[in-house]
Amino acid sequence: MSQTAYKKIFARPESLKDNPTHYCPGCGHSIAHRLVAECLDELGMRCQTIGVPPVGCAVLAYNYFNFDMVEAPHGRALAVATGIKRVRPDKLVLTYQGDGDLAAIGTAETIHAANRGEKITTIFINNAIYGMTGGQMAPTTTIGLEATTTPGGRDPDRDGRPIDISRMLAVAEGAVFIERCALTTVKGIRRAKKAIARAFQAQLDRLGFSLVELLSPCPTNWKLPPKAAWQWVNEEMVKTYPLGVIKDTTGYEDKK
Amino acid sequence: MPSEKMLMRGSHVVGEAAVRAGCRYYFGYPITPQNELPEYMSARLLDVGGAFIQAESEVAAINMVLGASAAGGRAMTSSSSPGVSLKQEGISYMAGMELPAVVANMMRGGPGLGNIAPSAADYFQATRGGGHGDYRTLVLAPAGCQELAELTFLAFDLADKYRNPVILLGDGLMGQVMEPVVFPDPIDPKDLPKKDWILDGCEGRPPRAIYSMLLGQQGELYQHNLHLQDKYDQITAQEQRWDTYKVDDAELIVVAYGTASRIAETAVDDLRAAGLAVGLFRPITLWPYPKKALRDLAKDGRKVAVFELSLGQMLEDVVLSVGGRSEIYFYGVPGGLIPTPAEAAEFLRSVLKGDGKVGRRVEL
Repeated sequence: MSQTAYKKIFARPESLKDNPTHYCPGCGHSIAHRLVAECLDELGMRCQTIGVPPVGCAVLAYNYFNFDMVEAPHGRALAVATGIKRVRPDKLVLTYQGDGDLAAIGTAETIHAANRGEKITTIFINNAIYGMTGGQMAPTTTIGLEATTTPGGRDPDRDGRPIDISRMLAVAEGAVFIERCALTTVKGIRRAKKAIARAFQAQLDRLGFSLVELLSPCPTNWKLPPKAAWQWVNEEMVKTYPLGVIKDTTGYEDKK
Repeated sequence: MPSEKMLMRGSHVVGEAAVRAGCRYYFGYPITPQNELPEYMSARLLDVGGAFIQAESEVAAINMVLGASAAGGRAMTSSSSPGVSLKQEGISYMAGMELPAVVANMMRGGPGLGNIAPSAADYFQATRGGGHGDYRTLVLAPAGCQELAELTFLAFDLADKYRNPVILLGDGLMGQVMEPVVFPDPIDPKDLPKKDWILDGCEGRPPRAIYSMLLGQQGELYQHNLHLQDKYDQITAQEQRWDTYKVDDAELIVVAYGTASRIAETAVDDLRAAGLAVGLFRPITLWPYPKKALRDLAKDGRKVAVFELSLGQMLEDVVLSVGGRSEIYFYGVPGGLIPTPAEAAEFLRSVLKGDGKVGRRVEL
């Protein structure tokens, strides 16, 4: 009997459940979920992880992530995560939050968790819009972008300017690693995975708070076909939210 | 071993009792008149290897409690009226998610910022849910330092037993008063019953998720609410607590809780010394309200007099308990003013005489 030895080179990460997601075609959430799951698998931390999803499109993330999770009220994920981490300091604790959750209703919880240097990692999905509620203005909505509550597009005089919460958080000494990536190119996705891995490592090494901001397309609420939405991230959204490492005091060597 | 008899301030009693009850996690935000409690916990939890966080807000504090509870710790927060209003969102979520927690409210005068003097005007908020949704919280109303210690222990046990938030409802006076207290035996958190629903990493078991959003098409939320109601029915049947004082031959029963009950008790003694047959009924659980015990007392032509540090909130539960079996009278003092025992006695004398000079007859 001859046997052919096959080597598995691609599979669903163990940290993801075998459930179809409810996300729209072209949405960035599925990619972000997969990157988080791959990083946890590679660190061997799936069974040592406790996650907190947001209120927003990813509110049902516990249907997709294959580890312990607890819901938080809108904006309170980092307060909930803080409580978890104080009881279970040996676990990897992550929050997965959208822009409304993290940078509008939860701004205080976000800033103070970062400033306390909580050993927690936040995956911040910035899609410049309120997705689940149907396309209202987000704190991160860019100037001119038409949301259902910004007739004619976001007007800085009338609606205020988009908030760059990642740069604001960088001034907090408790925050040790903050990077902004985009989920809309192969290179960007690879870069995002490295950033997430580094953010988790910073937590495991108990260095402080870490956050990865992911610019993520929302074709449905931007009213663009998926391809055009991805292009809009690459060409327009990055003007307001330039990509790159915003802060890194981890002291880790860059693995080339 | 139970402790030696100690002279302690009410807020410190709650803190010490919580630690002895196995609470290792406290999250709070400063607000008068209960600041002595977070101050005490900040030092005491260091001693026992727990965690204290002075949160950025009341909202953050209650959600830290939510996280700590989900992770399996005995956790608490405390505040006073305006701060407890801010916590209602988190309390509603914890009721929906069936997470245990203890929330101490040392009530002050309201509405709004009100004042910092003792009041009992948060009865509706505490007993009717406070936040959104069809839920209940157990509400314990201590009337002195010894009871603060015992009810703090009980609060943690009931919270765990029913997986539900428990409100310890005191006021500024309960928080500040110093009285002798003997604490029950301390409990090592390791010896508490194991919880099979907590989040501690999914090693060797399927992952767990704790949530309150139930979108299922098959009436998932409807079923969950019925399940919660079954639990509340069980609590209502099993957890009513009350105390009585000189009621056996009383013609008039005064109903009061917390600080008001201490004032009423003195008034009862004074009136008894003057030969008047009055007694005190003191609810210890405000939800579930000790309805049957009060209904059983309110018979044979006895009158019922409700005395509150509000303008008539518990009164509604007295009316629901007693119905038309007795005449009901009410006298309440709002706005953080503390009535004297003489004022309470005057009300009770007026009810006995039927002259209508103090308080009012409650029309059903």
